[in-house]
Amino acid sequence: MNEVINVIKVGIADMNVVQAPHLIRTSGLGSCVGVIIFDQMKEIAGLAHIMLPDSSLARSGTISVAKYADTAIEALITLVVKTGGRKSALKAKLAGGAQMFQFHSANTDMMRIGPRNVEAVKQQLQRFHIPIIGEDVGGNSGRTIEFNPKTGLLSIRTVNQGVKEI
Amino acid sequence: MSNISHLNADHIDILREIGNIGAGNAATALSQLLNKKIEMNVPSVQIVSFDEMMDLVGGAEQVVAAVFLRIEGEAPGNMFFVLSLSQAERFVKQMTGEHGFSFSSQQSELGLSALQELGNILAGSYLSALADFTHLKLYPSVPALTVDMIGAILQYGLLELSRVGDYAIVIDTAVHEEQEPQDSVNGHFFLLPDPDSFAPIFRSLGVELP
Repeated sequence: MNEVINVIKVGIADMNVVQAPHLIRTSGLGSCVGVIIFDQMKEIAGLAHIMLPDSSLARSGTISVAKYADTAIEALITLVVKTGGRKSALKAKLAGGAQMFQFHSANTDMMRIGPRNVEAVKQQLQRFHIPIIGEDVGGNSGRTIEFNPKTGLLSIRTVNQGVKEI
Repeated sequence: MSNISHLNADHIDILREIGNIGAGNAATALSQLLNKKIEMNVPSVQIVSFDEMMDLVGGAEQVVAAVFLRIEGEAPGNMFFVLSLSQAERFVKQMTGEHGFSFSSQQSELGLSALQELGNILAGSYLSALADFTHLKLYPSVPALTVDMIGAILQYGLLELSRVGDYAIVIDTAVHEEQEPQDSVNGHFFLLPDPDSFAPIFRSLGVELP
């Protein structure tokens, strides 16, 4: 049996769910945060590519839930549970939230968006009592991440430091 | 910006002309700086999703050298000057005479600071042409240089836009040296006006948003 292993790609402000043996990845995380919520026993994992900390920043009526930390975490949990994950067994890993540029302009709030995203994601995970068992956040490098629900390992690639796993 | 779908051919033409004037001025500056002929493509104005924006430049993971600056004033926005690593290396070698310069080996302070200055000059000439053309007051921030995945870099240009929707209006002008082969990202100027900047830009040129 040679099953083809697919890599599910998650775009910006998007989310998706995957079951072993397939993998899930998102590329080019800068200030954005990639969150994985998974059930290790069931080998099911969901990934969201979050752009902004809070949906109150939205200036239009319709919002895409995966874009904001406060809406994405809840929706991601629902998605993972619907696919067969058990709510009580869920754990999380996260990466991203870099500060790529140092600026002294009027708009510093937006430039500090990486750390704010990380903070907001952690708050939401705490709200749903999901423990964070691995993280690689902050710094000033872009990251590409790929999660394997079979092993529960998150592989993180940066331009300067190569690949590491958490 | 909620009227993005109502932009008509005239609006797109105005945005293209902005790219033309800005990048044309910058390409002239670049050409004088290097004493070389620089060619410029007809600017393209595209309304793209965030993921499509990354595809425009060869995918989010493509590693590039980018100069980023924030524009404040009457039409705030973000501007990027993006170079492929090989093109950035060629420019640095031509400017500094440091023929061994390479991003993969030990990075030289001189090389990086030359590149930052190049970005500074080019972005400055793009913006001053734009300000002359529109009579808008535009104040550029000090440019920041970084070498990283393009997806991670361009995300900063999408933050303000992402608060109103899932699309970006990108004014993209590609430049390349006359005799060099053209790959997907030799050099690009990207201008990403903030959502609220379109009205003042069009108004300054005598056109109202629908």
